[in-house]
Amino acid sequence: MFDKRVVLFMGHYGSGKTFCAVNYALALAKKGLPVSIYDLDIVNPYFRTVDAEKTLEKAGVELIVSPYAETNVDIPAMNAASYKMLDDKTRYAVLDIGGDERGALALGRFSEGIVKENNFECLFVVNPYRPETRDIAGAINVKNEIEQVARIPFTGIVNNANLGEETTEKHIFYGIEFCEKLGEKTGLLLKFSSVIKRLYCSIKEKTDKVLPVDAIKYGDWL
Amino acid sequence: MSEKVLMKGNEALAEAAIMAGCRHYFGYPITPQTEVAAYMAKRMPKIGGTFLQAESEVAAINMVIGAASSGVRAMTSSSSPGISLKSEGISYLAGCELPALIVNVQRGGPGLGGIQPSQSDYFQATKGGGHGDYHLIVLAPASVQEMFDMTFKGFNLADKYRVPTMILADGTMGQMMEPVSLDANAVETYDKSWATVGTGKHEGRNVINSLSLSPAQLEEWNKSRYERYALIEKDEVMYEEFMMDDAEICVVAFGIAARVSKNAIVAARKQGLKVGMIRPITLWPFPKEVISKAADKVKAFLSVELNMGQMVDDVKLAENCKKPVYFYGRTGGVIMSPDEVLDELIKIEKGEAKQW
Repeated sequence: MFDKRVVLFMGHYGSGKTFCAVNYALALAKKGLPVSIYDLDIVNPYFRTVDAEKTLEKAGVELIVSPYAETNVDIPAMNAASYKMLDDKTRYAVLDIGGDERGALALGRFSEGIVKENNFECLFVVNPYRPETRDIAGAINVKNEIEQVARIPFTGIVNNANLGEETTEKHIFYGIEFCEKLGEKTGLLLKFSSVIKRLYCSIKEKTDKVLPVDAIKYGDWL
Repeated sequence: MSEKVLMKGNEALAEAAIMAGCRHYFGYPITPQTEVAAYMAKRMPKIGGTFLQAESEVAAINMVIGAASSGVRAMTSSSSPGISLKSEGISYLAGCELPALIVNVQRGGPGLGGIQPSQSDYFQATKGGGHGDYHLIVLAPASVQEMFDMTFKGFNLADKYRVPTMILADGTMGQMMEPVSLDANAVETYDKSWATVGTGKHEGRNVINSLSLSPAQLEEWNKSRYERYALIEKDEVMYEEFMMDDAEICVVAFGIAARVSKNAIVAARKQGLKVGMIRPITLWPFPKEVISKAADKVKAFLSVELNMGQMVDDVKLAENCKKPVYFYGRTGGVIMSPDEVLDELIKIEKGEAKQW
């Protein structure tokens, strides 16, 4: 799960890319590996990587984010330090990319370098409880649209099946089944399922391709 | 009930509009409502509907006037500064007696303000915004599910009374994701023989207009519309009561502020404070009666809002000076924490809070 230096999380708007990227970076840091997380989201105004700033800092994950994220400045900006993902090959780079083809646009300038280095995993984050990726055809459509713009091929699938607080084992198992079917059609392998800690033990009994994840705390009001 | 899906508030609202029969959307992008337009741009062409990104908010609302005149379900959406631009057209909709849905996913103001959530367009939504004698029906959802359900309600009420209806959401309601059940609500149909669909389809000429050459006639139009407003105030008030049975302090809050307050109330109850909440779902018509009745039982009111104090005046008018009214708010795109609301409740209990 952790063998490639650059790991990209892309997918449909609201599929849980930030959530998976943050938790993946934390898992790398936990292994004592040097890791930076890059917020390349130029689409989403709220609920950003920077919400997990304190957790990431505590775990020793370097956060490269637009200085305008979560402020009132409404411009699609990236941090100039984002080029470090290609320049500094001593560190793992986890890339959190904006949703759909509109979000993937931001990756274009880096894709050539990533493909050239050829030490990357490009993960398609899928939540089959999102209406537009509820069926296989919809998911394939989103996948193709993103790949065209990002100019980088997907290498695997992440099952992020969830209904927020209402998620149960049933949803995650359905996600596995869905992603395996999607894999048959696309030739991509299901790399892992992201599973919130309260469900981790019961899922782990059935499959070992699991990334234990913690919810990002956005506010006390949810 | 069909299986739930996970959606952003903006997406749920857009999907509901389509399910409610809306095939005419006119808009212009602005954070934090852009997903409504983006969703419509993707979906409308697939179902034979019209998504049109206008050259400005002013153009978009005028396109709504045109579409609504022909009797179809038409809508537009924007965020605070964009709604200010639409205000002239909203007044024209009211004057023309046209049903339409206007969505405001509020951000901080005044002016360009900021992109973070706010409820500071309460005055604009409930007290006019545009010019002239008119009201909007104003619905305030407090969950993604309500973003979905209120959209059906908004179209139904607009058609029923021939008035423009507004959904007053805020950035968090638009952006946050929650499980939502996409079961269609009732789609009510009302007589639209007034629509301008060509003389071949109705008797005589139908005219949609807000200009009157005679003051007496304009007064007549306004009076007849206010008769309908009176019916709306009588029949269409919506609110939710939370832990009000034995409450001594009554929080009044809507939308995201109600979500925060609910958590504060649960925490306050654990400390032995008897707090409850009345959550207006319609901001106009305002739930005056239930607040007035509560004033006979509780000892104080606390209005919690994401602004400098706008709804609090309506709370005061409704409780009619029977009990002290307090206010707690954050503004500029800052959301209060439940702890801040709890502190305010404790201050009220101890007699240390300042009255509004």
